[in-house]
Amino acid sequence: MSTLRSALLIARKDLLVEARSRELAYTTLFFAVACVLVFSFAFVSEGKAIDGAAAGILWVAVAFSGTLALGRAFERERQSETLRALLLAPAERTAVYLGKLAGLLVLMAAVEIVIVPVIGLLFAAPIGRAPWLLAALLGAGTLGFAGVGTLFAAMLVRAHSRDVLLPVLLYPITVPVIIAGVRGTGAIFAAEPNFDAAVAWLSMLVFFDAVFVTLALWTFAPVMEE
Amino acid sequence: MSRHFGRRRALAKTTLTFRAGQVTGLFGPNGAGKTTLLGILSTVVRPTAGEVRYGGATARALGDPLRGRIGVLGHDLFLYGDLSARENLEFFGRLYGVERLEDRVAQALASARLDDRAHDRVASFSRGLRQRLALERALIHDPRLVLLDEPFTGLDDESAGLLGERLQKLRAAGAIVLMATHDFESADGLIDRMIALRAGKVREIVPDGGSLRDRYRRAMAEEWA
Repeated sequence: MSTLRSALLIARKDLLVEARSRELAYTTLFFAVACVLVFSFAFVSEGKAIDGAAAGILWVAVAFSGTLALGRAFERERQSETLRALLLAPAERTAVYLGKLAGLLVLMAAVEIVIVPVIGLLFAAPIGRAPWLLAALLGAGTLGFAGVGTLFAAMLVRAHSRDVLLPVLLYPITVPVIIAGVRGTGAIFAAEPNFDAAVAWLSMLVFFDAVFVTLALWTFAPVMEE
Repeated sequence: MSRHFGRRRALAKTTLTFRAGQVTGLFGPNGAGKTTLLGILSTVVRPTAGEVRYGGATARALGDPLRGRIGVLGHDLFLYGDLSARENLEFFGRLYGVERLEDRVAQALASARLDDRAHDRVASFSRGLRQRLALERALIHDPRLVLLDEPFTGLDDESAGLLGERLQKLRAAGAIVLMATHDFESADGLIDRMIALRAGKVREIVPDGGSLRDRYRRAMAEEWA
């Protein structure tokens, strides 16, 4: 069976499990919206937000809710040792990584579809100014973040302090992704938008994605061996 | 092969050969290295020294397709609680590339006597029902090497009898079966060969009369080199 087909099977299974329990969708969505809401009290005054706040809060919400989703997605695989069952399948082990990554991307995209309009509403951010560019920045940033996160969450699945270790390892490595996401989104949301700058940050995100996902694909199989 | 976890020795210079059509019972106290041995044979645990040869070739040489010929029933059951019995079997069947999957899943559900619970979530099953389903999950791709870790856990007498019949069929089909268990009564009469493990060391127990439990106790009472 091809790696891609196995990855799709695993992603489909993850989405089916999520459709049944709705545990990750509800918790990450609630967390992301609560995060945006709390920051809106601090950074919005008389209907006007501090410059650059909307872009920063959007990416903080993406990173925090993404970390929550990563931890829980692998906690599910730990409960009945099903991660081991996936590793025992005759598919290439990178298929497990790609399948888990694809499932997480769909979930994070669903959360972003909700929080972007909330940001637009609470921070008066011009989210409709360059929707495709904004979507591309979010897509590329989410891929970079989840690409590294999926590898680390899988590595830590048997660690006792995995809930603490995941953000400690993940955030320093994904700082370039978060910075590029914030700066690119900020360039779109600015009073005088700079689309060239946003495209330049997007290019940087695509570069980070290529590096991070390639490294994760390369290291996943060896790090999963016990 | 040997396997160490830090300074702890789980398996020490172990050499074993398993043959087709043979059911081997693996016995030993808790922490003796039984699960480690099964993990190494299933390819998910790497030996610290030495290697495993599957029909003469190493796992590295045989690559990913080798795992398609191994079936593992773990102590944890490798089942998704939020999926139904049928969905679990279908998912793993597809992952293993099982042909005529619908027929095979129906057959597996019938073997586990779960036809009437096929659409129920696995989380709602008792330990015994999950154990029966997990065995079918492990065998859905007709593996050549079958590794069973405590397969009798949670099974009632009738289910244990059915597991026994299943082992006989696997033996007749030429599979290599390795079963780690503490249940001497259930395993008695089902195994062709008995191996004991203690502190990572392996000893073959010869069939010199007496029940499995008696032979095991005698072996454990002796000095191990």
